[in-house]
Amino acid sequence: MGRFNQARAPIYEALEEFRKNRIVPFDVPGHKRGRGNPELVELLGQQCVGIDVNSMKPLDNLCHPVSVIREAEEMAAEAFGAAYAFLMVGGTTSSVQSMILSVCKKGDKIILPRNVHRSVINALVLCGAIPIYVNPDMDVRLGIALGMKLSQLERTMRENPDAVAVLVNNPTYYGICSDLKSIVKLAHAYGMKVLADEAHGTHFYFGADMPISAMSAGADMAAVSMHKSGGSLTQSSFLLTGPKVSPGHVRQIINLTQTTSASYLLLASLDISRRNLALRGKSEFEKVVKLAEYAREEINRIGGYYAYHSELINGDSIFDFDKTKLTVNTLGIGRAGIEVYDLLRDEYDIQMELGDIANVLAYISIGDRERDMERLIGALEEIKRKYSQDNGGMFTQEYIEPKVAVSPQNAFYAEKESLPLSETRGRICSEFVMCYPPGIPILAPGEEITAEILEYILYAKEKGCSMTGPEDAGIQRLNVLKEEWM
Amino acid sequence: MELWFSEPHTPNVRLSIRVDRQLYSGESDLQKIDVFESPEFGRILVLDGYVMLTEKDEFIYHEMIVHVPMAIHPQVQKVLVIGAGDGGAIRELAKYPEIQQIDLVEIDEEVVKVSKVYLPKVSCALEDKRLQIYYEDGLKFVRRKENEYDLIIVDSTDPFGPGEGLFTKEFYGNCYKALREDGIMVNQHESPFYEADATACMRAHKRIVESFPVSRVYQAHIPTYPSGHWLFGFASRKYHPVHDLDEEKWLERGIETRYYTPRLHVGAFCLPGYVEKLLRKVEIRE
Repeated sequence: MGRFNQARAPIYEALEEFRKNRIVPFDVPGHKRGRGNPELVELLGQQCVGIDVNSMKPLDNLCHPVSVIREAEEMAAEAFGAAYAFLMVGGTTSSVQSMILSVCKKGDKIILPRNVHRSVINALVLCGAIPIYVNPDMDVRLGIALGMKLSQLERTMRENPDAVAVLVNNPTYYGICSDLKSIVKLAHAYGMKVLADEAHGTHFYFGADMPISAMSAGADMAAVSMHKSGGSLTQSSFLLTGPKVSPGHVRQIINLTQTTSASYLLLASLDISRRNLALRGKSEFEKVVKLAEYAREEINRIGGYYAYHSELINGDSIFDFDKTKLTVNTLGIGRAGIEVYDLLRDEYDIQMELGDIANVLAYISIGDRERDMERLIGALEEIKRKYSQDNGGMFTQEYIEPKVAVSPQNAFYAEKESLPLSETRGRICSEFVMCYPPGIPILAPGEEITAEILEYILYAKEKGCSMTGPEDAGIQRLNVLKEEWM
Repeated sequence: MELWFSEPHTPNVRLSIRVDRQLYSGESDLQKIDVFESPEFGRILVLDGYVMLTEKDEFIYHEMIVHVPMAIHPQVQKVLVIGAGDGGAIRELAKYPEIQQIDLVEIDEEVVKVSKVYLPKVSCALEDKRLQIYYEDGLKFVRRKENEYDLIIVDSTDPFGPGEGLFTKEFYGNCYKALREDGIMVNQHESPFYEADATACMRAHKRIVESFPVSRVYQAHIPTYPSGHWLFGFASRKYHPVHDLDEEKWLERGIETRYYTPRLHVGAFCLPGYVEKLLRKVEIRE
């Protein structure tokens, strides 16, 4: 038993109390409990608009919490096994950025795998730090980037002993974990901080027999997407810190970019979801794992598809595997993952989390039902029967090593010109190009555009991947640095 | 004292039936199950507040969902029935000696138990030796079958609830695969009248048209179902639902029916103009 009774939810309780007191609002928001916007009430319901209120004494203030928000943060810290936990309302993007801005400043080096989320590189644009990429190991057959090899990471650290931090995906979008505990040990020996992007790892803190969480591995900070596997509202998130990080400093950093009108809907959803996971997380995630295991078995029985699992574990770049992730490799039926993703949505009314060149990924969570899983399995079976074809000529996603020519910040703010895609070879890109999801950059600001990269962009476009990033949404042109800036 | 059972047919319309007493009320893992005794309709089976059948008019539904395909297919030996835990469709199928095997897949065992106890007139054939009952998800059951059945009867609840999966393209496609090459699938097809039902009806029809070379819709009049006008889907890999009807052959069997006749069979496929129009909208293949 910890210091707190995890069955409590201080923000939620304060909101309930506040509702009972029927306070007359002469403050913002202007809809005044919905009265000024009946259409909004129609959409969201009175319950919802009634607690869309501003910071005030009984409800505390996220920018400088001293009462119920502070308590909710301390309770979350206890539930996650962290020294401190910040409630975040700007998505896990804001957690990731605050993490990086807390440890890096202009010119500092940070070591990271290439398959980071775009929010990481955006943070580098903001603070002017320089990325040192560690090539993630690739599984060529599955076409996915894996975790970082310890040996490779060590070499990178040796070559860049002045780096201030290492960022680790725990796990990747596909559920792959690196050897976080050893990475922490190594990084701390070099005096580097360890930041974990746990956008897909909330359940590691609560489920049984899960990969190790960042806080138990001794990482210094972790960005945890409570709204993904944790069940809170979209855009709500946690930033966790370890014992060697000053919460006061992190709060200052957060306040640089965070809203001063944090939504109580988001805050309350974090509070209630933390309570739910602290009380029932273990059994809830047991059900999630069971459902995912069942689906894998059934999908592999269909043939052609490969729903992978812990058999991939290799002790290094796949140190562990998140069993709640249902990723299905579709190349065996001669279809790209993105094609199966589109068929599932357009023909079978099933929305998957992502489709890339070789895989589709279903996000299984505490809200899933067995009968919906039957639909997915039935639809995959049908897609195989009706759409499978010879799989010659299928191309998997190769890892393309980035060539960082200038820092993301310098590239972002440099003078640039727009060129047709075909004329950009050898130039330095000033913008992002990525396949979304998963939002891992093919090109980031400051990187050289190579022939290999151009070929990949054309192929992914042809296969219907949703490509985002550039100013020209059709990706016919790219912005590159003017020659005098190269 | 008056007791009335009311079922909303739309947010603005309801059907009320006076009841004498409630014979059973229980909650399974999937739904709420109730049985009422009523002066007008006899016993009534209600799932999640919706009438599934009444003793007075269930014959219409069950005769139409069984005899129409049975009069078309020349030799049905193996039948799969999905849903239908009340046993009404099984009772009608049991009248055909040439059927060798009936597989009944019902997701909710409680429905079967309750029907056996409270609805003996409907569930009377659930002990038939040719019948094997499987308590599982219909979608899952049919997924693993290939080229096995002559006839599949989809006797589902509405597409909002546990029956949802039985109105999907993946399900109809899996049924197609589970049928032999001259197999027939018949399904409960909702009503064309009220807007929400009509939408479900059109969606189902679209999905079936995409999955089967022959897909037609037929009708019956069922007083306790919303609007009283109900549709069934006839989908087949080979036979036409009217041209392949052998009237004499069916009559020779001497099966006693109260609603179905081969003459009505032909007429049931003649739909009101507005229904034809609704269906045509979704029949256009891309």
